[in-house]
Amino acid sequence: MLVLLKRSLILAVVAALLAVPLMPHFIYPVFAMKVMCFALFACAYNLLLGHTGIVSFGHAAFFGTAAYVTGYAMRELGLPPEISIAAGVIGSAGLGAAIGALAIRRQGIYLAMITLALAQLVYFVFLQAEFTGAEDGMQEIPRGVLFGLIDLRSDFNLFYVVMALTGAGLWLVYRIVNSPFGEVLRAIREHEPRARSLGYAIEKYKILAFALSAGLSGLAGSLKCIVFQLASLTDVHWHMSGEVILMTLLGGMPTVFGPAIGAILVSALHHYFDALGAWVTIVIGLIFILCVLVFRRGVAGQLHHMLQERRPTAPSAERRNLKEGQHAQV
Amino acid sequence: MVKSLRISLAASAALAFSALPSAAQVSDDVVRIGVLGDLSGIYNDLSGKGAIEAVKMAAEDFGGTVLGKKIDVVSADHQNKPDVGAAKAREWFDTGGVDLINDLANSGVARAVAGVAREKKRHIIVNGASNMGITNELCSPYAIHYAYDAYSLAHGTGKAVVEQGGKTWFFLTVDFAFGIGLEQQVSNVVRANKGRVVGAARHPLATTDFSSYILQAQASKAEIIGIASTGADAVNAIKAAVEFGATKNQKLAALLLWIEDVHSLGLPAAQGLLLTNAWYWDMNEDTRKFAKRFFDRVGKMPNMAQAADYSSTMFYLNAVKAAGTDDPDKISAKMREMKVNDMFTKDGYVRADGRFVHDMYLWQVKTPAESKAPWDYLKPVATIPAEQAFQPLSESTCPLVKK
Repeated sequence: MLVLLKRSLILAVVAALLAVPLMPHFIYPVFAMKVMCFALFACAYNLLLGHTGIVSFGHAAFFGTAAYVTGYAMRELGLPPEISIAAGVIGSAGLGAAIGALAIRRQGIYLAMITLALAQLVYFVFLQAEFTGAEDGMQEIPRGVLFGLIDLRSDFNLFYVVMALTGAGLWLVYRIVNSPFGEVLRAIREHEPRARSLGYAIEKYKILAFALSAGLSGLAGSLKCIVFQLASLTDVHWHMSGEVILMTLLGGMPTVFGPAIGAILVSALHHYFDALGAWVTIVIGLIFILCVLVFRRGVAGQLHHMLQERRPTAPSAERRNLKEGQHAQV
Repeated sequence: MVKSLRISLAASAALAFSALPSAAQVSDDVVRIGVLGDLSGIYNDLSGKGAIEAVKMAAEDFGGTVLGKKIDVVSADHQNKPDVGAAKAREWFDTGGVDLINDLANSGVARAVAGVAREKKRHIIVNGASNMGITNELCSPYAIHYAYDAYSLAHGTGKAVVEQGGKTWFFLTVDFAFGIGLEQQVSNVVRANKGRVVGAARHPLATTDFSSYILQAQASKAEIIGIASTGADAVNAIKAAVEFGATKNQKLAALLLWIEDVHSLGLPAAQGLLLTNAWYWDMNEDTRKFAKRFFDRVGKMPNMAQAADYSSTMFYLNAVKAAGTDDPDKISAKMREMKVNDMFTKDGYVRADGRFVHDMYLWQVKTPAESKAPWDYLKPVATIPAEQAFQPLSESTCPLVKK
């Protein structure tokens, strides 16, 4: 029942998204693309926060690095978008592995501080480097032609490309979470010494989780760079790291796609309450307080929890259909 | 759960700092003018509410309608972030029905929006920013650079200071398109007049502590400290220079000062400084009349960008009326035929590269004794004739210029 409900929900979201470019005055397609990028970013971030129990405060570094790498590849080197996006993702994943390898030597708040410090280093590199345009950002990035076939200069084409890539990214997140590898990550989250005692090389798992999370965040950053034809310091600034934590917590840490809901919420608040000016911050703050007090699992997490409580047999029935040791998370 | 609560609290603390204010309104299909300015940051004073009011005044003075269609003014805050500005411009052009974006304080934002305007074939008029890119590599039939630019500042203040004997220069430059572009232009003037640039220190936008930069400037032993920043940055740099005693052996050249900057510095600190402005409220009867109306609405005197916001909006609306359509290409053609005669300038015209050509003026800040009334701050030094005030058309890299 629960699975059916979720499937139909996902189908409804996909159908709604497919219709967006056909009615640009109802939902502005560029805004919808931005939301998709952030949804992927938040879900990728949750690989670490929700599923491995690692609080990274430096994810903007991965998001922004990919944006700059993609922008550089497209504008300066004239590479096609598919290669530029791949370069962005690989760059971010590499950076994620490097930062991860350093950060996981500590735990908890210290780990968060190390990621923040390293992300600030990355920020200053982009602030000072010649090719980034510092505070102006890297502007006038061409959108290019995907695979030599699809002209991305049209918002219509770009929308479906962004949707497909975001979908692929989210599917990958889902696969990672519901794999034996994801199971080990959760074991590390729940009880690290026990996971170690079972013979798992937890450092390697953590670094890989970091790299995967960073790579997928990078995909989101690369897409955003192509959508807006701009890579700027906003993408690497620590505000962005804070924003993604917020999205994840609002959406629901224990779920796979919950953070996407958080991303939609936060972006929509910024977009539609624009006219309130400084009050947006206060509105978001109040919503956040409400969220922490009333549904601490986040929007999706709480819904999931409530549905499970109402049908005590549902989760056990669900579990029976799965292989030994696998725990479905949607 | 305690852990996640802690994370939640940490994140909410982070959020409190992370979200910045912005504003926008959108309405029906009419002749719509968007004012994209800094409504919350360090250029709020020189753009901000004053820019919005100036454009609104122009729309009202025009009669509220053009070609029988309502004139609507919307506004938004670009937060001095090029990505925010470009995204807002894109949205305005795509779905907001905006025909013209005006003001555009901040060179980084202006450059980003110029790219969007060229792609979407809609008009922008740059009044708040100085970057030369608008009339060079980023030029288009849809972009007009109206009030001033880095070239005119360099050939006003920069040239005057060099001619007074300031041969060696050290720059305190704000590290983005505006500061760097201005530094380049002034350096060209200094070198052309057999002067020498001995160095530069770059600081981020909205710097509050200038001590290390001032020390570098003092150590350089340059005769002139060129301040290639504006607004609060320039004010803070000048105050720091005075506090550190840099003004004993060296002279300051503030390369872009606004009437508001003089107001916040105060005459004792600002007296004697040279500045290049296209307009000053106390020039003649027309300017005083406009300034008084503006003052009644905003509570301060208009600066050159705000006067230009008014003048250029009028110019655009007149072009719409003359063209009899809101087709951007036809309006562009009209704007390049018409001349502007109003309180902002006499016989101003738009060149092929989008540069609006008019006289510029060199001013000097009055001493406290010379100032007779509030906002009575400037005395004229020289007029820079239109032909010399702006980059010669032959030097423009704009592809629209036929050579």
